[in-house]
Amino acid sequence: MQPIALHLIDYTILIAYVGFVLGIGWALSRYMKSSSDFLTSARSIPTWVTGLAFISANLGALELVGMAASGAKYGIATAHFYWVGAIPAMIFLAVFMMPFYYGSKARSVPEYLKMRFDERVRALNSLAFAVMTIFASGISINALAKLLTNLLPWQLNLSLGMLHLGSYDCYLWICSGVVLLYVLKGGLTSAIYTEVLQFFMIVLGFAPVVYLGMKDVGGWHAMNQTLQGVAMNPSSDYLQAPGIHYSANAWTSAWRPLLEGSAHNPMGVDLFAMVFGLGFVLSFGYWCTNFLVVQRAMAAKNMTAARNTPLVAALPKMLFPFLVIVPGMIAAALMAMPEKNYRIPPPIVSAARYDAAVADVRKADPAQIPDACKAISADLGLNVDQVRIGLLIQANAQARLTDDDIRKGLYDGIAVNDYDSVILSLVRKYCPPGLLGLALTALLASFMSGMAGNVTAFNTVFTYDLYQAYMARNKSDHHYFWVSKIATVGGILLSIAAAYFASMFYNAMDIIQLVFGFVNAPLFATFLLGMFWRRTTGTGAFYGLFGGIGASALFHAVTTVRDNLGPNHEALNKMKGGYLGVHGVFPSEMAQNFWLATFAFLVCLTLTLVISLATKRTKSDEELKGLVYSLTPREVDPNQPVWQRPAVMGLVLLAGCVLLNWIFW
Amino acid sequence: MGLDIRWPIGLMFTLIGVLLVGYGAVQGASATVQVAGSSLNMDLCWGLVLLVFGAAMLLGASLGGKQPPSA
Repeated sequence: MQPIALHLIDYTILIAYVGFVLGIGWALSRYMKSSSDFLTSARSIPTWVTGLAFISANLGALELVGMAASGAKYGIATAHFYWVGAIPAMIFLAVFMMPFYYGSKARSVPEYLKMRFDERVRALNSLAFAVMTIFASGISINALAKLLTNLLPWQLNLSLGMLHLGSYDCYLWICSGVVLLYVLKGGLTSAIYTEVLQFFMIVLGFAPVVYLGMKDVGGWHAMNQTLQGVAMNPSSDYLQAPGIHYSANAWTSAWRPLLEGSAHNPMGVDLFAMVFGLGFVLSFGYWCTNFLVVQRAMAAKNMTAARNTPLVAALPKMLFPFLVIVPGMIAAALMAMPEKNYRIPPPIVSAARYDAAVADVRKADPAQIPDACKAISADLGLNVDQVRIGLLIQANAQARLTDDDIRKGLYDGIAVNDYDSVILSLVRKYCPPGLLGLALTALLASFMSGMAGNVTAFNTVFTYDLYQAYMARNKSDHHYFWVSKIATVGGILLSIAAAYFASMFYNAMDIIQLVFGFVNAPLFATFLLGMFWRRTTGTGAFYGLFGGIGASALFHAVTTVRDNLGPNHEALNKMKGGYLGVHGVFPSEMAQNFWLATFAFLVCLTLTLVISLATKRTKSDEELKGLVYSLTPREVDPNQPVWQRPAVMGLVLLAGCVLLNWIFW
Repeated sequence: MGLDIRWPIGLMFTLIGVLLVGYGAVQGASATVQVAGSSLNMDLCWGLVLLVFGAAMLLGASLGGKQPPSA
């Protein structure tokens, strides 16, 4: 990645943002007087603020980068992660689950599990969650430090005695330091406020990029027409291997390619896996049980505000695909328009490798193109497009090209896309100085608030569910207030350690995300039975959860994806599953993941049901009041107009979501 | 919590808006983007949008403790 030339105006915007964030922390610090102020915002924040923070906590920079990447790879069907994989679950959380979270006075999701079941379930959930937040925060800050190292022109070198710090280290510690300062000063409120700031930064920072890109491809209609050509021959954009063809609507229709079956859409997913696996198991498991997002709603000032939080969030969430997925589609369309002179950047290749490839282009025989391509491909370490490299070799044979021309030809001929750089490549293409600073600040903001969000969830779970529950009960609030501050510093330091870990072992992060996939997949079954069936026992929930986690690990061990199959029906890359033999093959990793979640959910559900029936109830109906649906009186505020009731607003939003699905059918 | 978030949001976007409008007006050519045959001074245009947004937030905050309609 070439460093981007930033001007004074860009730096000014970046610094102004950091200044405001620190200022918010400083302004809030005088309100931080108890552990409850610091960790739960003393339940005082208005709905529109918690609502925007609710989606912002999820909309990290990795999501931004990943959704644009998927937009290019899969087209408008990526919107299913919003319209199928988020909105229904958010509405369910608001209408059915929030009354228990907020009404039970639990301060965290694990604490709710303790009230509903027992200490074992809480311990399992809080430990897994604490470790997960640290790694998530580490991944965020690692990505930010890497981005800054690649983008900013300065080579930083700092020697502190024995310690030697390079650019990456400096950016990592500086950004973590900023996050630490404002979270330590203003606690959860600080994190929530900066998430709202980040929300507006992202919307206002990326909207011009989408606008300019859309104008450049000639508008929505022209983009769709180009993408129809891409769908019929996706290898022209290096989106698929040569020889794979889809129907014309594969990038531009959300549902029709899905209905035709997994071989007919680039995601390689079938309808059942999409609707049940993503739309039900994964989506409800994330949005309804993940404390990181639920914490935002629990900070609301009253029950109505808490229930409305996910509903307020649902409206912008529904429209986000136009901001985060459409840029990827624009990139795929631009690439198919030769006159636009754009490609999705290939993976970064060192200058030495390019030099070797340039030498091979120069000595290649135009009559032996396939051999030359093999040599060039080995030089670059990446597959190349025979047609484009062949033209390059011929052009060089006819009129000696300059090294720079050949390098440009090689760059265009690498038949691999680095999808994660789609968003930055568009920012670079369209943003003049000024707008560039704004867009980069939006990225920086979301990386930092990704860290802040996770750290504020971590310190709450650590203080209330691990420290207070198992290490030091019955201390003064002052004591827990201090512990929560120490937990914040500890959380940041652990995140930095996780960032170093992620930067050193490329595979380590994939393994961790895989393991957490296993832990999360069955979780919703436990909550569903716990909240809606009073007969569910602690023992049932605990062993059901364990069984579900085991089931997902086992499922992964005996299945793999099609392009990972070796000649003897064995799995080549064990990270993609199948290390205990291959008994099932999926067309794509996404399909494998959706089916894994479905399987884990069903195992957890069945085990919890059976074990609960076989064990004695330990909690009476009286104890479960406010924790289980059938035992909790419905709260209807007679002063609230009908249209403001969560169920009514939920229905309206659901109708909107159905409408969007219909428009992009 | 005592601080109305609309103040910092409003102040920040007003500031960035002023910066962009100023830069776009002074620089002219280098703040201009050429797309699809038309040239747009994006810093100036988008700076104005941010300015209006920032001012609306400040107005909302200064009109008092009332929250926007969604609350």
